[in-house]
Amino acid sequence: MRTMKEKPMGQRIKEFVADFRRQWEIQSMVIPGIIFMIVFCFIPIYGLTIAFKSYTVIDTLDSAPWVGLDNFRIILSDRYFWDAVVNTLGISFLKLGIGFIIPIILAIMIYELNIGRYKKFVQTISYLPHFLSWIVLGGMLITWFSTSGLFNQLLLNLGLISQPQNILLDPGKYWWIATLSDIWKEAGWGTILYLAIMSKIDPTYYEAAKIDGAGRLRQIWNITLPNMKTIISLNLILTVSGLLGSNLDQTLVLMNSQNRERAEVINSYVYRMGMTQGDFSYATAVGLGVSIVSVILLVTANKVTSKLNDNQSVL
Amino acid sequence: MNRKVVKQDLDSRIFDALNVSLLFIFTVIIVVPLWNVIISSFSSGRALAEGGFIFWSKEFSLENYRAVFQDQSIWQSFFISVSKTFIGVVTHVFFCAMVGYGLSKRYIRGRKLYVALGVITMFFSGGMIPTYLLIKSLGLLNSFWVYIIPALFSYYDVVILMNFFRNVPDSLEESAKIDGAGDWRVFLKIFIPLSMPAMATIAMFNGVGQWNDFMTTKLYITDQALYPLQMKLYEIIVQSQTQSMQNVGGSAVIETTTKGVQLATIVITTLPIVAMYPVLQRYFISGMMMGAVKE
Repeated sequence: MRTMKEKPMGQRIKEFVADFRRQWEIQSMVIPGIIFMIVFCFIPIYGLTIAFKSYTVIDTLDSAPWVGLDNFRIILSDRYFWDAVVNTLGISFLKLGIGFIIPIILAIMIYELNIGRYKKFVQTISYLPHFLSWIVLGGMLITWFSTSGLFNQLLLNLGLISQPQNILLDPGKYWWIATLSDIWKEAGWGTILYLAIMSKIDPTYYEAAKIDGAGRLRQIWNITLPNMKTIISLNLILTVSGLLGSNLDQTLVLMNSQNRERAEVINSYVYRMGMTQGDFSYATAVGLGVSIVSVILLVTANKVTSKLNDNQSVL
Repeated sequence: MNRKVVKQDLDSRIFDALNVSLLFIFTVIIVVPLWNVIISSFSSGRALAEGGFIFWSKEFSLENYRAVFQDQSIWQSFFISVSKTFIGVVTHVFFCAMVGYGLSKRYIRGRKLYVALGVITMFFSGGMIPTYLLIKSLGLLNSFWVYIIPALFSYYDVVILMNFFRNVPDSLEESAKIDGAGDWRVFLKIFIPLSMPAMATIAMFNGVGQWNDFMTTKLYITDQALYPLQMKLYEIIVQSQTQSMQNVGGSAVIETTTKGVQLATIVITTLPIVAMYPVLQRYFISGMMMGAVKE
């Protein structure tokens, strides 16, 4: 039995090697990519083991002693970590609640525009903020919110406030600033995919609905929205799986010593613990924990939405 | 019957009017703040300190730009930004096209394994600290190449290009091979020229990403000579924030000068992207669609 099985196996390997040699030219194009993936993706995945170690600057990845789940135990009693969790969830849920719906509404409104030129104009303007970096937008926000800046001037002129104040220094307002600035930047960009899907809806549906006496809102509700169900669920799944990972660039540029308690998110906490305080093992443990929870969220969201979508999995 | 049609028409018109005006408000909310930044950057320090203008500056002045351009390090940063974007985009697109071309051949040995590895990289990564340790042990800290080498490859882009290459008719390749051309020759002489639209799209996304990226610098670079514009701007922002908090009610002169410098730097940092915007716009819609199809 054994010898019978081994022979074809050996032959298969021989064939493989021969084919591989014959394909050396095409293989020489793919191999660099594989090497890249092993070095820049799989070695860092192996590096995650330092979450279970006590790594100090003098150690190498392998020489550091194992400490089991110690790092994870410390996390659970770390007040600053939990502050970061609360802020991350607070900002993420605001972004989910408002930021998820706005692009859908916006896309429908743009789709319903009948004036070609105006449509193009609105689209061009709405994509623009996406191309600004968070550093640039952060700088702009700091200018707009400064006491002599645009925001205070508007409120003063409208008589809504009597004294200018810098709301970026007010921790109570940070979640809203983070959420609304993100929506301002990305809402228009978020419409592209929806608009592309809508352009593929068969126009005869609308004509039939019109003959049946359906108004514009009714058409949107009964034709446009059902046609976007799949893409909306897909987006929702991706958004839910990203609940624990809020924008690091945004936080780094908008956080200051005054609003820190409400601005610190998990990502910026990992950055601070790891890169500025050098506690590599601890920061890696936090990052790993977040990744695991995110995968669980992704799978759960996929299950739930597939139940809602008549048992058809979106992913 | 007749009444129904008229009524629907009226409803429809109200809908249109509301729609047009709401979208107009939306564009105003985007344009006015941006415009305000531009005109503020051309304002004198005195006008900036007083504030009170929204659409038009009270005192036109170039002093902010003069101050920025007098600083030699801005020119250095501009040079770093341009070169990392240019070199980064060219190498990234070529590398991804090369791998994508190889993987687009179904007969290639080991294809299943290659694709499996690629898919894993799309969903899992080591995260910030293990990646930092890798970059450090590769000796890439404080090196210009940290902008280029880790950014060479993206499996997403490989998949997009792979799908694009598959749509090229096989007969083209076959006839070239009969004429004695090898895979590299076919790839360079036939597939690359034919795939310009797909590669331009990827180049555009990657280029915007390279230009706007600042985390790479923040994580791996401490040498100021290697700072791109984004990092330079970040430093100016952080600096001015701590300053304005230190002198609450203190010296207004310092605050407005840094504010002016900050504004001018914002405009300079964004200008290349805005200038490229008409060109970019042609590509990003098709790019979003290409990215969506693979899902």
